[in-house]
Amino acid sequence: MDTSIFGIQSTTLAVTAALTAVVLVVGALVIAWLVGPRGYTKKKGEPYECGIPTRGDSMAQFHVGYYLFAILFLMFDVETVFLFPWATICRTLGNQALLAVGTFLVILVLGLAYAWKKGALRWK
Amino acid sequence: MFDFSIVTNWLNDALNGAMPSWLATTLECVIVAVALLLAYSLLAMFYIMYERWVCGWIQCRRGPIRVGPWGSLQIFADVFKILTKEIITLWHTDKFLFFLAPFLVVIASVMTFACLPWGKGMQVVDFNIGVFFIIAVSSIGVLGILLAGWSSNSKYTLIGAMRSGAQMISYELSVGISVLTMVCLAGTMSITGIVEAQADGWFLFKGHLPAIVAFIIYIVAANAENNRGPFDLPEAEHELTAGYHTEYSGIHYGLFYLAEYLNLFVVSGIAALLFLGGWMPLHISGWDGFNAVMDYIPSLVWFLGKAFFMTFVFMWIRWSFPRVRIDQMLALEWRYLMPMGLVNLVVMAVVVTNGWHF
Repeated sequence: MDTSIFGIQSTTLAVTAALTAVVLVVGALVIAWLVGPRGYTKKKGEPYECGIPTRGDSMAQFHVGYYLFAILFLMFDVETVFLFPWATICRTLGNQALLAVGTFLVILVLGLAYAWKKGALRWK
Repeated sequence: MFDFSIVTNWLNDALNGAMPSWLATTLECVIVAVALLLAYSLLAMFYIMYERWVCGWIQCRRGPIRVGPWGSLQIFADVFKILTKEIITLWHTDKFLFFLAPFLVVIASVMTFACLPWGKGMQVVDFNIGVFFIIAVSSIGVLGILLAGWSSNSKYTLIGAMRSGAQMISYELSVGISVLTMVCLAGTMSITGIVEAQADGWFLFKGHLPAIVAFIIYIVAANAENNRGPFDLPEAEHELTAGYHTEYSGIHYGLFYLAEYLNLFVVSGIAALLFLGGWMPLHISGWDGFNAVMDYIPSLVWFLGKAFFMTFVFMWIRWSFPRVRIDQMLALEWRYLMPMGLVNLVVMAVVVTNGWHF
């Protein structure tokens, strides 16, 4: 079994860590809420934009450039996930597996080269 | 070298002898949680002071000196100040997402923090896919940052969050690929396994040229992933006031700050783990007397020493380089670091398959 400190299962401990984080945030917010001042003025609720009144809604459509990078990221991130199992045992798999992974990498790099040539990597 | 699992095993036996096993397990989880909480908050406080001292030293200033010896009590004053501030929520914000964002950021950093090997037998979460788990969990932080920027309903936060998102996902690839390179050398993903594989020499020295290249790529990419150093575009003060957390006030803002500094410790810890041998002492083969002396230094001191050294390197970079532009930053990742990382991975695979490493 996959156990960690005290012989408890790692999954339980990971959940414990997440709950610890929740306790930390809630605790800090409750303390601040108890001891901090509370007051309401009309100006306080306005977003901070250099003191000038905000024009329009800020939850607006956004630059498409970020989207392209997100797509590229997805491609290479999935590739990294695929490579992890191979990397763990690449010592024993030998040259044949290396060749297969090399082919896989070349295909992916061709994709990157295509995106580069199309100008997707240039910030506009 | 002292094995901390002696203590935990003794505690485990004592608790199991005194009460039913479900209660013992719950109690042990509570002990772990308290220890994590203490270590997390104390380290964050230390790191904030550390940054201010290093920054002052590099800029030829004196840094904080007034409160306590060398200004060491300044941080307590800051914590009390920030705790007693009002938590302001704006109009037109998406209240649910606005309150959810700090949770996600802190959860990501605590969960990665729990995976670090602090010393022999002193590691909370030890999956057999350890480093993979770290990479997976650390990307929850991006989600928190994007939510914070979007829900605040302010243009500065939106631009800051978008930049931060683009930067963090891009550089996550390079971090992932350099971690992959080291997994290739170690032959295991478990953190204990990686540390034990470095008993006869740290990977930085064992892994030939590809390990050194991976180390450099890791330093650059980790700096960018933490939104630090020359890559602090998401919170560029002159353009965006504070980036994605502009609209957070009081301790709400403090939590983002806390997570940011803890993430600095986490990336330093991962660098220490993958390249500098985790808690393994420095051994030079043939020098038996030297090795025996090194074994007397506790493993906790080794790990913290390496992590603090790596942090110093990150701070050094941060206070020495000017900020880059967003197009330069993305070009650096996609045109240089990523192809370099892939080539480096293949070189490492060839080295490992043919047994050319030391």
